[in-house]
Amino acid sequence: MNEFADAAVLASKLVLHADATLLEIVRRSLEVSLAAVGCASVLGLSAGALLAVTRFPGRKLCIILTNALMGLPPVVVGLLVYLSLSRTGPFGGWGLLFTPTAMVIAQIVLITPIICALSRQTLEDLWLEYAEQLRSLRVTAFGSLRTLLWEARYSLLTAILAGFGRAIAEVGAVLIVGGNIAHVTRVMTTTIALETSRGDLALALALGFILITIAMLVNGTTFVLRELADCDAR
Amino acid sequence: MLVSALPIPFRNSCPILPLTCVEVDYQIGTTVLLEALSFTLSAGGPTVILGPNGAGKTLALKLCHGLINPTRGTLRWSDAAHDMPGRQAMVFQRPVMLRRSVAANIEYGLAVHKVPAPQRAERVKTMLELTGLVALAGRSARVLSSGEQQRLALARAWAMQPEVLFLDEPTANLDPAATSAVEELIIAIAATGTKVVLSTHDLQQARRFAAQILFLHRGRLLESSAADDFFKQPRSAAATAFLRGELWW
Ligand SMILES: Nc1ncnc2c1ncn2[C@@H]1O[C@H](COP(=O)(O)OP(=O)(O)OP(=O)(O)O)[C@@H](O)[C@H]1O
Ligand SMILES: [Mg+2]
Repeated sequence: MNEFADAAVLASKLVLHADATLLEIVRRSLEVSLAAVGCASVLGLSAGALLAVTRFPGRKLCIILTNALMGLPPVVVGLLVYLSLSRTGPFGGWGLLFTPTAMVIAQIVLITPIICALSRQTLEDLWLEYAEQLRSLRVTAFGSLRTLLWEARYSLLTAILAGFGRAIAEVGAVLIVGGNIAHVTRVMTTTIALETSRGDLALALALGFILITIAMLVNGTTFVLRELADCDAR
Repeated sequence: MLVSALPIPFRNSCPILPLTCVEVDYQIGTTVLLEALSFTLSAGGPTVILGPNGAGKTLALKLCHGLINPTRGTLRWSDAAHDMPGRQAMVFQRPVMLRRSVAANIEYGLAVHKVPAPQRAERVKTMLELTGLVALAGRSARVLSSGEQQRLALARAWAMQPEVLFLDEPTANLDPAATSAVEELIIAIAATGTKVVLSTHDLQQARRFAAQILFLHRGRLLESSAADDFFKQPRSAAATAFLRGELWW
């Protein structure tokens, strides 16, 4: 109990004094996950929109697949990305293993299906409702897509946030491909996972505190976005 | 704003009408929903598509408007450029409202039609006045009552000043006052030279403004005649029964 109290005191000091190590780790975490969310949004939204408005053989299969991929275990993603990036793997030549880029790639693989599946659902429902009206107004395919994305903006942002929440909080994938190297690939979750066992409870606790704050912010924003979307749909 | 003072819209030198349909079928799977429809829509007074529930009125309008394609037969507009934005418009039986304000819904159609921004605001205002929606301009379109939505859909369609305006039961959800206001507006729209093609199962309404009647029953076009002739002397037994209020689907 005493150990915990000491650690808590130390942790709050780290946060309050904006400790350099702490800040570095938090910044890398945000950089990696935001980069991953950026790329995954472009990929996921495009794929989601395509699956929502087009009809082609194998489309159902694609939808089932993306839905299934939503629940990919992070460690498995980490393992697969590790194998592809390791020296003997297909992309070994790039020398990306144990770099932040590798972590971004792993998180992209992890959350693109989430953004794709959620946005597809939203856009498909909307398309069902709008298709005939937009066709009647002779809106072009590109114009229809733009209208669709705009009308669904709050729900799409929610999907993106869901991806971000998953990326920032996962540990399995970034640990395997990043290796938790100090000053290079250390992020919040990997630090918590490894520093706890090494006894640096203060740092782990401080990071845990920040992670919880971010998670709550994400959830709060999601809630507000849902309200806005409902307001719009009514 | 006086409805009778509607501005006469600018018209393309190459008119879109007449529309000629020859032996048009529409079927889904093995079910034939429309069978051997042959008729012509020409410029002039409103054409009313009359028929009981499920007769195929909505499908016939969608076919003409190009939302569904015939599975057999041909459908030909006089001008090949009939598919350009703003040349024809349709108001659906169940209006689809975009998730934006009433005014923005009208403006959307104009933007698609590439009306310059300064003129857009002016036209939106006129349309709001004509359909009695001024007080609701800033409200989210989706919270409107279904009657208000139907009026908004009419405003959005007419704002583009189409040459042909398809209206699918435009007064089905309206109260008596709104019905006569909308009917007055439709008559005024027709008077500007816009071809109005309207479906209804309301006989009185058909009498009030039809120039031509297309009578549909179970997916077949039983009559296609001038309104006066139709009401005086229907040729089919089904139409006779319908006029007496005795036709069941
Ligand atoms: N997508 C569809 N699949 C199967 N049947 C359909 C489809 N669309 C319409 N129908 C059928 O075609 C027939 C004509 O439908 P339509 O909507 O044109 O009728 P309507 O004359 O407009 O009727 P109402 O007065 O009730 O609006 C109906 O029996 C309907 O069930
Ligand atoms: Mg109908």
